Amino acid sequence: MSMYIAKSRSIAARALDGEMVIMSTSDSMLFTLNEVATEIWLAADGRTPLSQIVRDTVCAKFEAGPEAAYADAEALCRGLAEHGILMISDQPIESAR
Amino acid sequence: MMPGRIVEVGGIPVLLRVEDGALQEALDKWYANYLTTKPSAEPFELTVKVAPDEGGYRGDQPRVEWREGRWSFERSDFQAEWFPGSGRGWVRQDEALPHSIDSVLRVLHSILLASKGGCLLHAASAVRNGRAFAFTGVSGAGKTTLARLAPPDAVLLTDEISYIRSVDGVYRAFGTPFVGDLGIAGENISAPLQALYLLAKGTENRMEPLSRKQAVNVLMRNILFFAKDPKLVEVLFETACGIAACVPAYRLTFTPTPDAWEIIG
Repeated sequence: MSMYIAKSRSIAARALDGEMVIMSTSDSMLFTLNEVATEIWLAADGRTPLSQIVRDTVCAKFEAGPEAAYADAEALCRGLAEHGILMISDQPIESAR
Repeated sequence: MMPGRIVEVGGIPVLLRVEDGALQEALDKWYANYLTTKPSAEPFELTVKVAPDEGGYRGDQPRVEWREGRWSFERSDFQAEWFPGSGRGWVRQDEALPHSIDSVLRVLHSILLASKGGCLLHAASAVRNGRAFAFTGVSGAGKTTLARLAPPDAVLLTDEISYIRSVDGVYRAFGTPFVGDLGIAGENISAPLQALYLLAKGTENRMEPLSRKQAVNVLMRNILFFAKDPKLVEVLFETACGIAACVPAYRLTFTPTPDAWEIIG
């Protein structure tokens, strides 16, 4: 099953030194993403399946193996979703458009 | 019309219309160095009334909420409302003591500053050689200690709440009357903010630069925002990013001796 990801609207985000710093505006929690997570975050448009994001960005740029990279990316996305800064769905996320 | 006094902090004047004579007298002393008859801008306005009841301050934090076009501030010893559209508000406090209106002013300035690209930061700050330095950290990290150890040529802006805002594209730190453990109001001056220090007490004096990400993290943990309002949080996050981009930040480990000031600046 495909996973789609989109940025939450309840956040403020800034790229600092090439990495994203994200603040949840609902509970003021602050998150700093590393370089790989930043690439996934930037590609989270609600339309592109996570598997494609991993293949096109993570594997291509960081020379990571596809299976391990996908597992890490999925865990990352689920973690960010738990904090309300990323939306995940098994279908394209219309509200992200 | 009740008589009033204009209290100007950080270039933001607030006209306090106080009907209680005893409170007015207390405020004249409390804000002595911040009173002005020539404000730098059209003053905002607060009407302050004393209405004794069985409340009294119980050590609680102000509760601040946005409700239908106005801000509501409440603590056990006061209620207040602020109407941003008109730039006016009112305060009802239980006793003729300056602490209540002082707390209201802190909250009000935190809101007014946010819209001006500034913030109130839980930090001591001082001016030395025309440059301002801010020292932040958790309670007990040493803000008051470092302020107390300041050399004679350093001018204290605050030992508790630093007032930072952008003026002509430069972040400046302003003196405030908002006192901390030292119980001394800061000097009513300002200077460009040269550096931000995250304090930790240690066995030696040592300074390490913080990345911009770390600086944003430090700022967001120490900016005072009384209201958990999403729009306000977003504005303050942008302010923190702006400060982190312009002002170098360091982790300052120091021993509680005057030598600590030798590596500052």
